[in-house]
Amino acid sequence: MGLAKRIIPCLDVDAGRVVKGVNFIGIRDAGDPVEIAQRYNQQGADEITFLDITASHEDRDTTVEMVERIAGEVFIPLTVGGGIRSCDDIRTMLNAGADKVSINTAAVTNPDFVHEAAERFGSQCIVVAIDAKKVSAEGEPDRWEIFTHGGRRPTGLDAVEWAKKMVDYGAGELLLTSMDRDGTKVGFDLGVTLAISEAVTVPVIASGGVGNLDHLVEGVTKGGADAVLAASIFHFGEYTIPEAKRYMAERGIEMRL
Amino acid sequence: MTIAVIDYGMGNLHSVAKALEHVTHENVIITRDPRCIRGATRLVLPGQGAIRDCMGELERTDLRGLVQELLARQDKPLLGICVGQQMLLDRSEENGGIDCLGFLAGNVKRFPADMRDDHGHRLKVPHMGWNLAHQHHAHPLWNGIDQDEHFYFVHSYYVAAADDATVFGSTDYGRVTAHVAIGRDATFAVQFHPEKSSRAGLRLLENFVNWAP
Repeated sequence: MGLAKRIIPCLDVDAGRVVKGVNFIGIRDAGDPVEIAQRYNQQGADEITFLDITASHEDRDTTVEMVERIAGEVFIPLTVGGGIRSCDDIRTMLNAGADKVSINTAAVTNPDFVHEAAERFGSQCIVVAIDAKKVSAEGEPDRWEIFTHGGRRPTGLDAVEWAKKMVDYGAGELLLTSMDRDGTKVGFDLGVTLAISEAVTVPVIASGGVGNLDHLVEGVTKGGADAVLAASIFHFGEYTIPEAKRYMAERGIEMRL
Repeated sequence: MTIAVIDYGMGNLHSVAKALEHVTHENVIITRDPRCIRGATRLVLPGQGAIRDCMGELERTDLRGLVQELLARQDKPLLGICVGQQMLLDRSEENGGIDCLGFLAGNVKRFPADMRDDHGHRLKVPHMGWNLAHQHHAHPLWNGIDQDEHFYFVHSYYVAAADDATVFGSTDYGRVTAHVAIGRDATFAVQFHPEKSSRAGLRLLENFVNWAP
């Protein structure tokens, strides 16, 4: 018995509303973030992550209000990612009640931002999101590279080296998404998950490609992930969080049931 | 009736204030004003980040003396959280060694970096996520909370108290047993974050609000 592996549902938010429907039976309004967060909390989600996809700056204020409302009702860790570019952005989200922020593109364009953010707010609230894609050809040694802009733009940065650098700069946790798996439902890229998990001291959250509960199990047992993040398998009611937790626990993984 | 969350400049106090407001109708304030702190009926001492910065900010905001005085008097309940727990000990080995408030005997140590789990994967530091709090002694703050309940943790250093009578709960991580709930008299302090520990955490906060030591 010991530290439990975490299951983290991820919700896309646009102007303070959850988009890409979440199907809970009996929910009044499929886009209400407070109600959705409460349902996931009741189901035993270990944390909740919001990915803010709001395009316009003005609409971001509604995301802040949303975080405030959720933080007043749901008492598990909340992470907000998407559009975090400055220490002011971080302060705004933390003051609203977020516990962690996830920095993505801004870390690639300005790594010192991660350092500054960790110094100012503490590593415990700084998650760096790493979007990696396999770039080695068949037969070559495995190599993964960092991509930005939703996986369209290569950066030339080696994913494992980049992960180590981000931890040196003060990242308290890494959210690793295998971009070539995202949305495929064929499972995590276990190679890059294990390579990064073994290379760094901080927890790694595996993301991208989950299609069934065995994928969650493998992420932990073969990928060495400390937490697994998934969106669609929970949102569309294919599996519930209690089902996923029981399934993982039956396979010898420590879970909070 | 006022609960004062002591704001000496370290970390995010909104979560703990919101969680307290959720479990009580009493007035919850986030303050560094000595008059408000003295006038409060209950105190929460939070803490996040490095202990050198926490102790340094407590010093810089002129609150160290006041906190020490209130700890010596023990005339109102105080709840320490996370680094707010660690600061109550004699000394921490973080940042090359930092003297702390010395309210409880013992030290704060770093988790070893070489620990592995049953699958052979490395055990990460910080110890982050949900782990079990094993209750050693009964305490009013444990009321209604199951033995070996999960709480949410984020920390790289852990408390090793010297006196078993001050240890109310512990948590195992790798080969380390961390003293995650400690206290004496009107003071109770936890390493985990009750404000982020869902039902069990809210119950602990509710117990604190109703505690009459």
